[in-house]
Amino acid sequence: MSLIASQPVQDVPALQQQGGCTDAPVLRERGQREVFCGLTGIIWLHRKIQDAFFLIVGSRTCAHLMQSAAGVMIFAEPRFATAVIEERDLAGMADVNDELDTVVARLLARRPDIRMLFLVGSCPSEVIKLDLSRAAQRLSKQYLPAVRVLNYSGSGIETTFTEGEDACLASLVPELPAESATAATSLLVVGALADVIEDQFARLFTQLGIDTVRYLPARRASELPPVGPQTRYLLAQPFLAETARRLEDRGATRLAAPFPLGIEGTTGWLKAAADEWNVAAETFEKVIAAPRKRAETALVRHRETLSGKRIFFFPDSQLELPLARFLARELGMELVEVGTPYLHRQHLAEELALLPAGTSLSEGQDVDRQLDRCRAARPDLVVAGLGLANPLEAEGIRTKWSIELVFTPIQGFDQAGDLAELFARPLNRRERLKV
Amino acid sequence: MKLTVWTYEGPPHVGAMRIATAMDKLHYVLHAPQGDTYADLLFTMIERRNKRPPVTYTTFQARDLGSDTAELFRSSVVDAYDRFTPQAMIVGASCTAELIQDDPGGLARAIGLPIPVIPLELPSYQRKENWGASETFYQLVRALAGPNAPTPGSEKPPRDETRRPRCNLLGPAALGFRHRDDVVEITRLLADLGVDVHVTAPLGATPEDLTRLGEADFNVVLYPEIAGQAATWLKRTFKQPFTTVIPIGVGATREFVREVAELAGLDPKPQLASEASRLPWYSTSVDSTYLTGKRVFIFGDATHVVAAARVATEEFGFDVVGLGTYAREFARDVRSAAERLGVEALISDDYLEVEEKVAELRPELLLGTQMERHIAKRLGIPCALISAPVHVHDFPARYSPQMGFEGANVLFDTWVHPLMMGLEEHLLGMFREDFEFNDDAAPSHLGAGHTAPVAAAAATFTTPEDSQDAGQTPAAQKHEQKHEQKHEAEPQTSVALWTEEADRELKKIPFFVRGKARRNTEAFARDRALDRITLETLYDAKAHFGR
Ligand code: SF4
Ligand code: SF4
Repeated sequence: MSLIASQPVQDVPALQQQGGCTDAPVLRERGQREVFCGLTGIIWLHRKIQDAFFLIVGSRTCAHLMQSAAGVMIFAEPRFATAVIEERDLAGMADVNDELDTVVARLLARRPDIRMLFLVGSCPSEVIKLDLSRAAQRLSKQYLPAVRVLNYSGSGIETTFTEGEDACLASLVPELPAESATAATSLLVVGALADVIEDQFARLFTQLGIDTVRYLPARRASELPPVGPQTRYLLAQPFLAETARRLEDRGATRLAAPFPLGIEGTTGWLKAAADEWNVAAETFEKVIAAPRKRAETALVRHRETLSGKRIFFFPDSQLELPLARFLARELGMELVEVGTPYLHRQHLAEELALLPAGTSLSEGQDVDRQLDRCRAARPDLVVAGLGLANPLEAEGIRTKWSIELVFTPIQGFDQAGDLAELFARPLNRRERLKV
Repeated sequence: MKLTVWTYEGPPHVGAMRIATAMDKLHYVLHAPQGDTYADLLFTMIERRNKRPPVTYTTFQARDLGSDTAELFRSSVVDAYDRFTPQAMIVGASCTAELIQDDPGGLARAIGLPIPVIPLELPSYQRKENWGASETFYQLVRALAGPNAPTPGSEKPPRDETRRPRCNLLGPAALGFRHRDDVVEITRLLADLGVDVHVTAPLGATPEDLTRLGEADFNVVLYPEIAGQAATWLKRTFKQPFTTVIPIGVGATREFVREVAELAGLDPKPQLASEASRLPWYSTSVDSTYLTGKRVFIFGDATHVVAAARVATEEFGFDVVGLGTYAREFARDVRSAAERLGVEALISDDYLEVEEKVAELRPELLLGTQMERHIAKRLGIPCALISAPVHVHDFPARYSPQMGFEGANVLFDTWVHPLMMGLEEHLLGMFREDFEFNDDAAPSHLGAGHTAPVAAAAATFTTPEDSQDAGQTPAAQKHEQKHEQKHEAEPQTSVALWTEEADRELKKIPFFVRGKARRNTEAFARDRALDRITLETLYDAKAHFGR
């Protein structure tokens, strides 16, 4: 056990605020957006589902986006690629479907380890109305049982950043085997998590006595979790609107909960499952006591840096509200503006209730106007994408790259400290630098 | 349809952005969906620019299609003009907008802004980034300098002898390989020679500056990929001759000095006599003997490849065993350079083909782009960069030109440096069985026979650039294990025993911090006199040390 005395989280002043943001007004913007499209989700999904391949049907722009957004190029041949549409495809000199079949055949011949192939639609493929669902059916027929071929759209005209994961997981739902109606109640955790976090949660669920816990996506595409009326599901990510809808179509029931970020979020998230399984209150307390204590310890040092600091969120991943809730309530930060690309009121109901009353929320974007607001407010820390971070730093405004928040394990008790540190580091850095 | 993983060039509108971002007081309105805004990070992150690129994206969505994407474009132009008040604007479409055919040029013209608005037609499904940059620069030069052109057929007035000869410096752009420093170096060289630079463009130029291009006596073309087309037009329209020698390496720089002196009507001798490159002596000194006949493979844009091939043979004494370019537009130049060297040119924008060629030729040094850096890493070959595309660490803080006499010094240092490293690697290879560097020197608590590659076990999806894909080559795995060793090959003093469960958990931590996690946990256990490290201990330690 840790020897450092921990400070109970209840001491955070923000917690005293009552009322939350359930009915708070939201500024809706419809101007220029500075966000990634849904293709970007492939960067983590292809690492998560280890026998799946993502084939984008798109343009050179899409290929270049993947290369640039990954930040660095992945050393080995990654499990994604782009089939770049060319002039001859558009001019009708080549049959696009034949071309696609040829590309897929070559690809699968080279990668015999692949069990699932996603054809991922892009803006160009959508605009020329290339029917990828028909292509997927056709190819599935050809390659099953070795390879299942699915499709979804990650196009920028339909999806914003993390919505690509939603579209991908939604495409998996109809493929899930049916769970028998007589099966015991099972828990499905929905949304890609780092394996290490999944394992932490799995241990906690076991200790709580919840036996059947499955994950979507599973680590291997060939191990699809079954779903049915006995399924209770917990969203691990806040951006899964369509996936949730399709799970409900299959009879599954959502356990309403905050998202597992920070102590409060993680506790509430686990509690939702514990309550459904009628876990005794003292058992629950016993199971989470040690990891929660560790998290409390880990947060203390960061609270010193972050408490009272003003933070501004540009819209990016839809993780903004849960993050803001964590930073406000557990670290005492002041929320200047919390922007999100899309606000799903139902899935975020618990989060909205926990947010300090009076928080200014915005949905969508008009980047120049938002920059005006940001400059006028002079926050201590801005959470923004890679296109905005350095320009803001150059204006003397400290930033945290938002993309790190989707590429780093941040959920659960044992990552609460790491999560806080991601926000504390830029401020620490400013303290250190004398240049 | 072409299967692509990594690309040497982006789409042509990214080339247009490289021109717009290099310039001042020019704004680009790009009809494009939201995801295309990723291109900003090329400039703000990779090139570390401190300003947003001057680009407004319309970010139309599916719901706008068919109804009012044209209106969205129109209002974006109006808003961008009001907010940024540029001297001129370029407008165009990205790949998606090209398909919906809204005619950005026509729409923008109809607004009747009081500034020049230049439409760009950049066919995304045929052309690529460098072509886009060249076309954009050419259209800008034509539109802005054109109105000041003399009547066709008129005689060029003689140069006013009371002023020094002057030239424009054409081609440097945003995201270029060392363009920033080449401009400084060549401007200095020209000044010493007695030539003034009238306008440098596009880097640092305003649209107004471009209107004055015709006032120079001649043009210096630093990067034909970007400025060749514009220079040809300027020659035709303003009777401005332009330089053809690219001053990379000592020999080429001398030739460049002579060429410029001739165009300017000056005597090159004083400049040549005072030449300040250390390369000739460094290359002559006996220490460099070991460079003789080193086998080198060269790949990149045509200009840098042709120049590097000459420097490699004439100034380093290397053997060029192969060379090539991803720029089909300039294939001819590279082919003739290859012919002179008696090798075959590889013209391809498929890095897998390049990798295959390199694997086949097994050169001792690879001169290339960031793509070749990766190929080199995989194959364990020393590598230096000579051409775009490059990554953030190739925009160095220090002055580091490729061109001119100082550029030659830089070439000497950067090409020789990885070879030294190569020697060290040989030493390491020879002493592989050393107890500390040995791949198998896993701590004894893992038990006998625990020699599985550690990297293969890493399981989070937060991976470093060196991914742990199963499909990785042995060379790449070795590379990773070397990382492992660096972090983990610390002497082990009496450590607590790791339970299997805790050990498995440790493996899930990315390898580049795993060594630290192991050491911290063991120190933590030691301090508390624990004899076993359980999962709880691991996480207690993690909480204790924070980050
Ligand atoms: S090693 Fe490659 S991917 Fe990584 S930063 Fe350098 S060039 Fe980019
Ligand atoms: S926004 Fe559309 S065109 Fe652009 S990269 Fe994304 S899918 Fe491709």
